[in-house]
Amino acid sequence: MRSVAVVGASLAGLAAARALRAQGYDGRITLIGDEPRAPYDRPPLSKDFLLGRTSAEELALGTEDDEPLDLDWRLGTAATGLDPRGRRITLADGGEVRADGVVLATGARARPLPGAGGAGTGPASDTASGAGGTAGVHTLRTLDDALALREALGAGGPLVVVGAGFIGAEVASTALACGVDVTVVEALPVPLAGPLGPEMGAVCAGLHTDHGVPLLCGTPVRRLLGDARVEGVELADGTVLPAAAVLVGIGSLPNTEWLAGSGLDATADLRGGVPTDGRGATALPGVVAVGDCAAAYQPDTGGHVRTEHWTDALRQPETAVRALLAGADAQDAQDAPGARGPLPYFWSEQYGVRLQFAGTRRDGDTVRVEAGDPEDRSFLAVYERDGSPTAVLGMDQPKQFTRWRRQLAARWAAVAT
Amino acid sequence: MEHSETLTLEDTVLVACRIEDLPPGESVRVEAGEGTDAVAVFNADGELYAIDDTCTHQDASLADGWLEDCKVECPLHAACFDLRTGMPSGPPAKRPVRTHRVTVEDGVVRVHVAAPVGAY
Ligand SMILES: Cc1cc2nc3c(=O)[nH]c(=O)nc-3n(C[C@H](O)[C@H](O)[C@H](O)COP(=O)(O)OP(=O)(O)OC[C@H]3O[C@@H](n4cnc5c(N)ncnc54)[C@H](O)[C@@H]3O)c2cc1C
Ligand code: FES
Repeated sequence: MRSVAVVGASLAGLAAARALRAQGYDGRITLIGDEPRAPYDRPPLSKDFLLGRTSAEELALGTEDDEPLDLDWRLGTAATGLDPRGRRITLADGGEVRADGVVLATGARARPLPGAGGAGTGPASDTASGAGGTAGVHTLRTLDDALALREALGAGGPLVVVGAGFIGAEVASTALACGVDVTVVEALPVPLAGPLGPEMGAVCAGLHTDHGVPLLCGTPVRRLLGDARVEGVELADGTVLPAAAVLVGIGSLPNTEWLAGSGLDATADLRGGVPTDGRGATALPGVVAVGDCAAAYQPDTGGHVRTEHWTDALRQPETAVRALLAGADAQDAQDAPGARGPLPYFWSEQYGVRLQFAGTRRDGDTVRVEAGDPEDRSFLAVYERDGSPTAVLGMDQPKQFTRWRRQLAARWAAVAT
Repeated sequence: MEHSETLTLEDTVLVACRIEDLPPGESVRVEAGEGTDAVAVFNADGELYAIDDTCTHQDASLADGWLEDCKVECPLHAACFDLRTGMPSGPPAKRPVRTHRVTVEDGVVRVHVAAPVGAY
């Protein structure tokens, strides 16, 4: 292999470039990214950066150690297509890149509020300045999104957060810390029930009420009020919440539309991410996918799961690049322990509380509190299926959590991909 | 348990714990009080090491991390630090943590924290 193109120049893309060099690959590496900025870290965008406690410089993902990697950067230009014959990538600026190997790392973008004028189908840059037409309506994915939201918080409230997922909850907590009057609305009866299950979702939802932030559940948004500028949010039950700014945090969409016609879309619906095996190999030889745009197969759950976690995006490339260099369609590494990507793991910080989750929870798993007490907002909960642990959730229990995470990771690695 | 006594202009000596409270594989966080950062003391297979407790990436406590051989893995984003040198062995941490001298006398584990350069 003499040339590799990495599409998407953020956390997973940079990690892939580093992994290629670390594994001895000395050919050309082209990193294609549609954002004009050098790679930066996203988690602080809803936390310390939004609060004004971290500077844009501190978000840089690159370090001095990356200089000798000899990377060919193509920033500020989107990939518009992948022609599997010859692995030819076309670029928005009219150029093209041919490569022996391709790493797909185009991540995801914020899902706009349906019917709120958001574009919804274009790549990340289309939605970079918010959810669409109405001023004061924000989404949060990029540094520019965070700068705009920070300005809105600086102008005072009230802020309405639509969606009580992790990003919504973090923004609500940051807004409160900025002294902004904030209300959270959630369409589901229990927030975070998807990732955490209803019991633990309810515990996490309690953090809002602990801190006096109103949380309205089971009430979808009917429409946003205001013409040029948002003035309020009208809920399905008729309630009107006045708003100077709205943050829409209702999930993300993988940036996979540009892969139409690549062949990857022939066998799968890429709206759920690019399906890969447990290592990151896609259905196309010489093409792997990592990070938020990828949906890796999990034998543990029998499905492809698009985890949207920072640590996964950082760690997956090591395994995927190994598969790529070995010949991505070779299934030889199948039974070798460690051949699959990392155990899914994420953290979140809300209202001064640190949440950590690792594993693969599914509906039907039972959950029990192993240590501490949810009432004290400090506990460890273990999810189980057929008597075996599947996942672990910690709230301000880092030490115990690490032990369980290690134990789950060992089981995970022992399962063949 | 945690108190500090200033011996010289350079070093602050922190009493960490009794040696029997720090068996192999365990770690303890020691608060240093005003103006000095907390330290973490590890027993790696019988050898004691002390480093700054706060990860240089964000603000996780390394005493809560996973100890393996001579390395501790940060509990939050899994940066690894070498306990002997304080150097991170991979992302996301970019800067090293300081290392500190540990002594054991009459069963008491003490950490000698060097004052930051230019502190006096
Ligand atoms: C506000 C916020 C807070 C978060 N907090 C946490 C947290 O606390 N814990 C946690 O575990 N995770 C958190 N995450 C998730 C974490 O940041 C992501 O999992 C991670 O960024 C994924 O990295 P990635 O490289 O796969 O994708 P991305 O970071 O999305 O990067 C993909 C890159 O590819 C570019 N791109 C897209 N399409 C194209 C194209 N066609 N051509 C060229 N380039 C393209 C994108 O513009 C982007 O630069 C947070 C995310 C956000 C937005
Ligand atoms: S806080 Fe230690 S690795 Fe991030």
